[in-house]
Amino acid sequence: MTPLDPPNPPLTRKDFTSDQEVRWCPGCGDYAILAAVQRMLPELGVRKEQTVFVSGIGCSSRFPYYMNTYGFHTIHGRAPAVATGIKLANPELDVWLITGDGDGLSIGGNHLMHALRRNLNLQILLFNNRIYGLTKGQYSPTSLLGKKGPSTPLGSVDNPIVPASFALGCGARFVGRAVDTDAKSLIAVLKRAHDFSGTGFVEAFQNCPVFNDGAFDHFTERDVAAETQLHLEHGKPMRFGKTNDKGLRLRGLELEVVTIGQDGVTEADIVVHDEQNHTMAFMLANLEPPAFPIALGVLYASPAPGLPFDRGMAEQNRQVRARGLGDLNALMRKGHTWTVEPEPAT
Amino acid sequence: MDTFATSATSPSRELIDSVVIRFVGDSGDGMQLTGSQFSESTALMGNDLSTLPDFPAEIRAPAGTTFGVSGFQVHFAGHDVMTPGDAPDVLVAMNPAALKVNLRDLKAGGMLVVNTGAFTPGNLKKAGYTTNPLEDNSLGAYRLLKLDISKLTLGAVEPFGLGTKEALRAKNMWTLGLMMWMFGRERESTIEWLRQKFAKQPAVADANIAALNAGHIYGETAELPGGIGCYQVPKAKLDPGVYRNVTGNEAAAWGLLAGGRLAGLELVLGSYPITPASTILHYLSNLRAYGITTFQAEDEIAAICAAIGASYAGALGVTTTSGPGMALKTEAMGLAVVTELPLIIVDVQRGGPSTGLPTKTEQSDLLQAVYGRNGDCPMAVVAACTPSDCFAMAIEAVRIATQYMTPVILLTDGFLANSAEPWKIPDFTSYTPFPVTFRKDPTGFHPFQRDPQTLARTWATPGTPGLEHRIGGLEKHHDSGNISYDSDNHHKMTKVRAAKIAGIADTIPLQTIDQGEDSGELLVVGWGSTFGAISQAVLGARRSGLSVSHMHIRYMSPMPKNVGALLKRFKKVIVPEMNNGMLVKILRAEFLVDAQGINKIAGQPFKIAEIEAEIRSQLHVTEATAQ
Repeated sequence: MTPLDPPNPPLTRKDFTSDQEVRWCPGCGDYAILAAVQRMLPELGVRKEQTVFVSGIGCSSRFPYYMNTYGFHTIHGRAPAVATGIKLANPELDVWLITGDGDGLSIGGNHLMHALRRNLNLQILLFNNRIYGLTKGQYSPTSLLGKKGPSTPLGSVDNPIVPASFALGCGARFVGRAVDTDAKSLIAVLKRAHDFSGTGFVEAFQNCPVFNDGAFDHFTERDVAAETQLHLEHGKPMRFGKTNDKGLRLRGLELEVVTIGQDGVTEADIVVHDEQNHTMAFMLANLEPPAFPIALGVLYASPAPGLPFDRGMAEQNRQVRARGLGDLNALMRKGHTWTVEPEPAT
Repeated sequence: MDTFATSATSPSRELIDSVVIRFVGDSGDGMQLTGSQFSESTALMGNDLSTLPDFPAEIRAPAGTTFGVSGFQVHFAGHDVMTPGDAPDVLVAMNPAALKVNLRDLKAGGMLVVNTGAFTPGNLKKAGYTTNPLEDNSLGAYRLLKLDISKLTLGAVEPFGLGTKEALRAKNMWTLGLMMWMFGRERESTIEWLRQKFAKQPAVADANIAALNAGHIYGETAELPGGIGCYQVPKAKLDPGVYRNVTGNEAAAWGLLAGGRLAGLELVLGSYPITPASTILHYLSNLRAYGITTFQAEDEIAAICAAIGASYAGALGVTTTSGPGMALKTEAMGLAVVTELPLIIVDVQRGGPSTGLPTKTEQSDLLQAVYGRNGDCPMAVVAACTPSDCFAMAIEAVRIATQYMTPVILLTDGFLANSAEPWKIPDFTSYTPFPVTFRKDPTGFHPFQRDPQTLARTWATPGTPGLEHRIGGLEKHHDSGNISYDSDNHHKMTKVRAAKIAGIADTIPLQTIDQGEDSGELLVVGWGSTFGAISQAVLGARRSGLSVSHMHIRYMSPMPKNVGALLKRFKKVIVPEMNNGMLVKILRAEFLVDAQGINKIAGQPFKIAEIEAEIRSQLHVTEATAQ
């Protein structure tokens, strides 16, 4: 399989913008993510006609309508299954799967799990706003304990899931994380996901200004971001803080926050990010402010992702069809057959 | 087997026209293999035949219990065979439980072959016998052949050094050998099959072959009791051609492939294992070289969604399932209807509701198939009526799906799925292709532009430059395909979707009367696997001078345009179905006829006699007045 040449002349953000009126609420984080994706695709040099956005149901899943590519807005939770079929029929297509915390982790949790372990060659972008938006404010599987909403007036006592941790547990070979409004970081991690051979899973923390406003303010607000965000870079020490003085150190099998220069801590004590370390990725995925910074960027990129499922299937097809498609007439005559002769004419 | 009664220990074979044999034993006794090998050999001998495998849902139910009994019935004859037979002429029972469950079906005066070796006190107790039926004269009405098959088998396989347990497994082959001798069957095909099956364990193959031969030799040499002889069933007169045995699931698999070829499409099967549909997944998984990609999905929903994704991307998506899986796929079917993508859903019906009777047959998904979706959600439904008809109707399903851009449900059932019949293998090169054209030209493209004749929308697949567009489950504008909540547009789209499906009637054959006049006293209307039983019942009634006709519907939705007119030409209409009345509801609702249902919901096909009795009762004739 040879990738198609990039379009010539190169495409622009406008080329990837459909003529449909965007119908998200004013101030929704989805706008920022849409803009980032539309800006990124020309930079990837991909073709519109080879690109397919597939989604389930929910606010985020309206995304395909706004992309001037092929798009399939499917049914609640099932986008990974539809995407599997698309890739089986045509592995050449560049498929982006758009889902949310409700679509991907609640009703579609099973399909997301299997898409991740199956390792299709596509990208999954999960918008996590920790709330059901389109059905008006019920708690989601990522809502924090105590979340009050129309279905939990007393507060939720339903334990939340950490999407990145779920993905790693399902065998995801690539897990990244970014904040909706941080276009630069979001684009960088999406590009890595796209370049990855296999499923690139990216969680975007996305603010819902109507039903869960400020859910991530404790690490996205300008005045706290530096102290609460750890931007991971492969091969670089895990440092953060306004003056970049803080870092993560291993104590036994646990991470701890330390300050360089205090208590004899030096840069040498800070863990260097190895994006190929699955165990470390798990620890990073589960870090939560305020005790820890939130880990952003590429948490995990498997050094040996194996053959993506769609490629494996296509390769098997190629091998068994090497001598042309089988002959149906011959197939039906395999095994025990017998011939009834015409009755002799009398 | 009317002439069976004469004593025949003479070396010459007695000529009989037809026989129904039922092999029964524990689910671990290999009865399915015994029956299918006997059938294979019977087909090769030139008889027409029909089979009815009947097995429990448990893989290996506790040995010796009545609920663990597995059976295989085969009906073969020197004439046309349309059903597996109402009642066995010969019952081969490998243990007391199998005898207990099946004896009531054996014809009076029928032959009963029992393995006395399994009639131990323990097994008798498990089967619920207080006394040994072999010793208490309770079997006096039958011609009993008592043999210690266990012991005879152990003797036959002794030279091969197998353990007792393993050696005893060959007792089904010993029995098969005896039955092959009794009915003049050749052993070659079974010997060849054993060699292949146990290619890596030659000792096991040799032992089984030795058992098979020993059973045969036993028949040749032993002095059998009076009333037990050996028989010959003449060849059936069949159309000249090359034949094979085929089950409904095999035929459906090949039909799907054939349909894909005729449409010029690669197939993508998304399927989740479910009884009794799984073998279609298995057959197709072995045929990747023929242009199909098979995917065992994580669940029923993923299976159909993957098929829809494949159709969206320009292949033909197929999913295969049974009742509970149909229920799970419902929402996705709606997506395929609203996005107007071709899709094939094969529903091999089984007993319901819920998990129901997984291994038993039923026709109770008809209303679900025709109506069972949220919203006004019409789609085409076709039904196969014999195992080999699954081939023809699978091709029709593909033709309709691709020509009309719609999902199509192909209904079969557990009986068709597992039942085998000789099939004159068609010449695939003689079929007329119905190639699909994908839209390539961007000029004036709208994704929901329709063909004025068929109302099918245009099929534009990802990868085509200039045709980038979005589709989805939301209602869409009738032309642009953009999301539309406009009330008039929704009304229009609902009507268009219905009109498109109704219009399929333009390209399906008109309904024919399968047997009898096209008007009269009584019409028996059937669909699906009841074809053989209804056909034989109507034949019997007509032979005794009754005015009755048979009409079998294969296109369930839409129906052929003349169905209503035909129904109205009969004074009475009865509808035998293996459900609690489904087709009858549709006929009454659609055509305002006073059709009456004849229902059997026993997990077993209709017997000919059951339908014939109903015909007589409808025409107010008793057995005596009809003769």
